[in-house]
Amino acid sequence: MQINVPHVAELASLPLKKEEIKKFQKQLSAILNYIAKLNELDTKNIEPTSQVTGLENVTREDQSSPSLSQADVLKNTKSKHNGFFKVKAIFEE
Amino acid sequence: MNLNQLTISQARKGLKEKKFSSVELTKACLERIKKIDSQINAFITTCEKEALDKAKWADKQLSNGTIEQWNNYPLLGIPIALKDLFSTKDIKTTAGSKVLEDYIPPYDATVVKKLKDAGAVILGKTTLDAWAHGSSGENSDFGPTKNPWNQDYVPGGSSSGSAAALAADMCLAATGTDTGGSIRLPASFCNVVGSKPTYGRVSRYGIVAMASSLDSIGHFTKTVEDSAIFLAVTAGQDPFDSTTPNKPVPNYLAALKKGIEGIKIGFPKEYTEKGLDPKIKEGFSKSLDVLTGLGAIITEVSLPHTEYAIACYYIIQPAEVSSNLARYDGIRFGSVRQNFGDEAKRRIMLGTFTLSAGYYEAYYKKAMQVRTLIKKDFEEAFTKVDAIIAPVSPTPPWKLGEKVNDPLKMYLSDIFTVTANLAGIPGLSIPAGFINDLPVGIQILGPQFSEERLFQISYAYEQSTEWHKTKPKL
Repeated sequence: MQINVPHVAELASLPLKKEEIKKFQKQLSAILNYIAKLNELDTKNIEPTSQVTGLENVTREDQSSPSLSQADVLKNTKSKHNGFFKVKAIFEE
Repeated sequence: MNLNQLTISQARKGLKEKKFSSVELTKACLERIKKIDSQINAFITTCEKEALDKAKWADKQLSNGTIEQWNNYPLLGIPIALKDLFSTKDIKTTAGSKVLEDYIPPYDATVVKKLKDAGAVILGKTTLDAWAHGSSGENSDFGPTKNPWNQDYVPGGSSSGSAAALAADMCLAATGTDTGGSIRLPASFCNVVGSKPTYGRVSRYGIVAMASSLDSIGHFTKTVEDSAIFLAVTAGQDPFDSTTPNKPVPNYLAALKKGIEGIKIGFPKEYTEKGLDPKIKEGFSKSLDVLTGLGAIITEVSLPHTEYAIACYYIIQPAEVSSNLARYDGIRFGSVRQNFGDEAKRRIMLGTFTLSAGYYEAYYKKAMQVRTLIKKDFEEAFTKVDAIIAPVSPTPPWKLGEKVNDPLKMYLSDIFTVTANLAGIPGLSIPAGFINDLPVGIQILGPQFSEERLFQISYAYEQSTEWHKTKPKL
């Protein structure tokens, strides 16, 4: 079983160099071969577990409460403008 | 004995009796860090000024305070270290990664707030495998940590810095996280007590997420009693973490000294049948004898799906990792995604693949079903026994560099620890001896929310042995 590393890296927004692609291809194949072990098990009619302590529908009242200030939120960005995060344009004029 | 060598319990007694001050205790730890951390590399950040300010505040409370107030601050003036996944307001928090090397959180994690409110003094942030991805401490973007018992060897990971700092007496306790063994393994390799509470027992809010259905927030201490004291502070429901149930926090110290006469402890046959280092098997056998001597009834149990646990874990965990690390896009915080290390990249890609269209059912869904089978194995075993005892690692600590180029080999070190995270159950790793002068621990596992029982069993074992009193030569 092979992973299409360039495709997966693109999905994951992980820019990779050519040498990296080759190295990861090999390592990931080895791992995938190992995890294929699960196919030995018959899991028909077994419920999947995602919440391990049985909690469901944990909600709260839809009330807002004090949170971080705008200044705090912007403290760690490398790119801001007029109190906003500045990012590359998606749409062009 | 130097002040930094004390346990929490001993330090509390000394502070109360005014034998020394919190400032003296804190300075002893800071001096120890200055003296040996260049060899061990346990800390990424030390906050000397903040620590001494808090210690001075603690001393003021101690001189003005009443008994009532003393009880309100269970960690008053006690110097601790925090794994660098725990958000600390205005103190750099890196997750051990270049991506966050200059990130300064604007808020405290709930656990950090609880520890501060309990009076603790924060010495600094300890190093870890970046993003908690690792079992040896070698994946830190800030250099590997050395095992204080023999610096050619790994301290275990991912909470490598916390375990090493504590073992070397640089602090009196340290926090960690355990997603697949990241507290229990380094505790076992460093001769300290490592607590992995039940999933949801301790709030994950403000702690850099690795795998959201597996992450457990825990801690390292020098003794079992200290571990109970610490959990009493960190445990409890948190409105900011909806996976923390509304379950009361019991008095963990009350059950501690009950003894274990008649307690049924099971050892899983699949963990000792094959692949176990013969010296570990021998040591494990001796531990069982100690427990029998204390009145416990030891029986063999079976956890039939053990051999599938690693495959199951290494599908679910990377899938959740790929999702949790998607937020590091360099926009609101952190730098570019190219700065992720190799292990992070591997896990992100593995996870992205198993969650992608056409593969989700075959991998992720299948793994979630196997997870149910593993969880059921434990539920079934716990109808027969009160707790399970097991080795933590199939081998003693390995040499730095030995496994770092073979990711799969590294993953296989987690075989005895991932099961507890898949089942959401608690585990306590305690010192159980040495092989070639390197520490080897054992772990006690129990049903969900049975931490009291784990402390009870571990305390009895600890008090019958001398392992916890040994210190590395540094």
